[in-house]
Amino acid sequence: MSRPAAFIKSSLNWKRWLRTARADARRGPVLTTRHIYILPTRAGTLYGTIIIAMLLGSINYSLSLGFVLTFLLAALGIVCMLHTWRNLAWLEISHCQASPVFAGENAALEIRLQESSGRMRHAIYAYCEASLQPQSTDIPPRQSGTITLAYPTTRRGWSEPGRLTLFTVFPLGLLQAWSYADTDCRVLVYPRPAASGSSSASSTDQAGKGSRDSLLGDQDFAGLRHYRPGDSPRRIDWKASSREQGMYSKHFQGEPVSSVWLDWHETKGADGEERICQLVRWILEAHQGGGRYGLRLPHLTLAADRGEAHYHRCLQALALMELPA
Amino acid sequence: MSVTRHALRNFTPQRRDVIWLLLSLLAVWGLHIAHLPLWINGLMALIFGWRWLIESRGWSLPRMPVLLPLTLLGIAGIVASFDGLFGRDASVALLTLMLGLKLLESRTSRDFMLVIFIAYFLTVNAFLFGQSMLVAAGMLIPVTGLTAALIGLQKPQADANHGMQLRLALTLLGQAIPLMLVLFVLFPRLPGPLWGVPKDSYKSMTGLSDRMRLGDISELSLSGATAFRVSFAGAPPKASQLYWRGPVFGFFDGREWLADARAAYLPRESLSVRGEAVRYNLTLEPHNQPWMLVLDMPSQLPEGALASPDLQILAREPVRTRIRYEGVSHTDYTLASQLSPVAERYLLQLPQQGNPKARALAEQWRAQLTDHQAIVDAALRMFRQQNFYYTLTPPPLGTNSIDDFLFNSRRGFCEHYAGSFAFLMRAAGIPARVVTGYQGGELNPVGQYLIVRQSDAHAWTEVWLPNRGWVRVDPTAAVSPSRIEAGIASAISETASLPLLARRDYPLLRKLYLNWDAVNNSWNQWVLGYNQQKQAELLSRFFGASFPLSLLTALFIAVTALVLGVISWILLRDKTARDPLQRIYARFLRKMARAGLQQAPQEGAQDFSHRAQDQLPMQAAKIAAITSLYLQLRYGRPSAASLHALKREIKKLGIKKL
Repeated sequence: MSRPAAFIKSSLNWKRWLRTARADARRGPVLTTRHIYILPTRAGTLYGTIIIAMLLGSINYSLSLGFVLTFLLAALGIVCMLHTWRNLAWLEISHCQASPVFAGENAALEIRLQESSGRMRHAIYAYCEASLQPQSTDIPPRQSGTITLAYPTTRRGWSEPGRLTLFTVFPLGLLQAWSYADTDCRVLVYPRPAASGSSSASSTDQAGKGSRDSLLGDQDFAGLRHYRPGDSPRRIDWKASSREQGMYSKHFQGEPVSSVWLDWHETKGADGEERICQLVRWILEAHQGGGRYGLRLPHLTLAADRGEAHYHRCLQALALMELPA
Repeated sequence: MSVTRHALRNFTPQRRDVIWLLLSLLAVWGLHIAHLPLWINGLMALIFGWRWLIESRGWSLPRMPVLLPLTLLGIAGIVASFDGLFGRDASVALLTLMLGLKLLESRTSRDFMLVIFIAYFLTVNAFLFGQSMLVAAGMLIPVTGLTAALIGLQKPQADANHGMQLRLALTLLGQAIPLMLVLFVLFPRLPGPLWGVPKDSYKSMTGLSDRMRLGDISELSLSGATAFRVSFAGAPPKASQLYWRGPVFGFFDGREWLADARAAYLPRESLSVRGEAVRYNLTLEPHNQPWMLVLDMPSQLPEGALASPDLQILAREPVRTRIRYEGVSHTDYTLASQLSPVAERYLLQLPQQGNPKARALAEQWRAQLTDHQAIVDAALRMFRQQNFYYTLTPPPLGTNSIDDFLFNSRRGFCEHYAGSFAFLMRAAGIPARVVTGYQGGELNPVGQYLIVRQSDAHAWTEVWLPNRGWVRVDPTAAVSPSRIEAGIASAISETASLPLLARRDYPLLRKLYLNWDAVNNSWNQWVLGYNQQKQAELLSRFFGASFPLSLLTALFIAVTALVLGVISWILLRDKTARDPLQRIYARFLRKMARAGLQQAPQEGAQDFSHRAQDQLPMQAAKIAAITSLYLQLRYGRPSAASLHALKREIKKLGIKKL
């Protein structure tokens, strides 16, 4: 597409022209006066119609108190507009993050809003373009509130939740104030793991899926030790653990030396994505097994290791992997 | 914004919302309970109870097969209760019923909001039935409750915070009041009505009727309601001269005195006046009839009024709102020094037959006495000397009512005396007519004005005498002079039947009442009576005589904008940006940015300072000084002097642009 055509096309997307709060060097996006839009809600339109009906009735029947109530409710609507507006104004999106998820799962986008005007903020809603349902929170004066938005993910890699919309109809629901905010928040989406049980790298009898550097020293029972996170559930000594003195797992000699290579070239699949999924499944199982594992990809090799950090490093490498042509 | 609508529509109101809604609807119902039919009140009680059980017991809401028959039955009931007349009462009953039924099927917060809006509307309908100060104060309860309920509905969180809801509702309404006052005073008023007004809207208004049947006025005398209030420009006339002229009746059909169509075509009667004019302002309560009461005899027409040939003052429309007008009257006058033959014939009219004894008596006077004045005196002497009684509870009269009264019962109220006197005069060949209106009134020392009540309603006669014109003759004065001199309470022995406030026993109560009435009078004048005319009056007081609508509109917009501006400034100013220290420090950061140094989001002031000192070794000392001053102020005790020092240091910092 030629440049002018692209420009026209992007200009036609009118949402691009809306004012959007952005982070600056020192603070997250702040919803200042320039960023807040306000319009009557459907209920507000109905309210206005009813006030007009009341005004006409008061004129027709010369009801002085009718005028009083009509004008009181009209003034209430106007005051409500100011309150709705200030309920949203000057909030700062101090923090926005989401933990990585596997593709197909819902990402949980955590948005922290900082209040610094010294008044209670009620029922602040937020949603992003991709989110399922707006969520709301109350924010006490000079504190922060957190809104967690769930949004579905489909593809591995970095996923952008899209422009964030914050809105409120509090206190009377007659008007809706809203703001757009751009956050630099993005979610890392790990590839979807292949179906379990199809093939396993850590099972000894299925050669070719993974290759062993040494035999697992599983046969030589060396005693019990306290359960550590990362120990395989298969090794927990349930009998010993049921004595209510803590969890124990069986310790075998030779275990520290066991490690497995998960190799791109050993995966099978119709295309690259499927092979990635296969690797993810192996990583999951290797991680659960508690052993050491390394990852070999066409352009990247991660040395054998264990633990949460290593696990996420491997998954991230797969999430961001560029497939060989 | 379809996403947001979806989100807001879908949440179910909490228990606290149901409580607020039900309580405030009870308050709205309370405003109407007195004028709703009993069965609707019963049904509403049932609906409120049912809705509460649905909430507290977790019952399900009734479905269409229950609601539809209930709705149809309700509508049928309203048609039957009001005889198919769809007026004020029926429409309020229908609206109440619809509100109740909507409540029964309200599930989501959107339904609840609709119910609240209908309830606001129903509240304003209460003013069709009365606009006293009590009703005005009473209105605040449902309005506050409904607003608090509306606030609760905007909070999806389940925790109940009734105090917050109530406080916020009161805050919002409190902030709305200044704006409401501006709107009330300056919003350009239009004269009503814009469309028809239901016929039954004014049925509760009392006042003089368009005909005088024996018994009518004594019934009216039982009402303590205010008919009108008068403030005189000078000293008020004597009590015996306070005849407030209302409908004039020149036609007797044998049972009733009334004004028939011919009266309007008689020649206009001439009026010549002598002596000092009495000037006054009269505030007339609405009575749904065109007459405007004036002091006998009106020498100038009030603005916008008409006069009939017999000097009855009429408004162009029935008086359905409180009106205020200026009257000019003379108590010394000659009305119709000449009577045309047509008028004379009309004013001597009597039915062909009936009341033979009275006719015979009049014939006898006519034969014996040549002078008309002597005949008048003879009749008055009869009332005075024979045992006639002035009573509020006269016995019922037979077919020949005048004969029955004059020769048999002899107990009557003013209309008996006026009616039979006029009959006697006509039978004796003297043109005569009945005038109804009010006589007397009570001076309220608190507000310096005269209160005239329905219990002051009166009827008297006018007889036409050659060379003197119409002469007012009050036969009641002959029977009971104190009625005219001191009011009805002194003339009637059975005061217990009079309205409490027309009586004279309970001085303390009376005093309280007079104070209360003065307050009420101001309320009527300045709140209820604030209309187009009053608005123009008020504005001309400040801006000179002529005040066109365009100028009023401009003034309205300007003042509204001003008040709104003040409220907005109070509510909307940014409190975050008002920390002076941050503002000064930001100046420093701007200077550093010019040198290409940006403070990173997570970077503290100290770290930034070190980095800046490394980058700008020439300024290192100054940067360190500024940072340490800033940190002292930030975490220590700030003072104006150290703040000033910081400002000075930053000013001194010379940064060259990169």
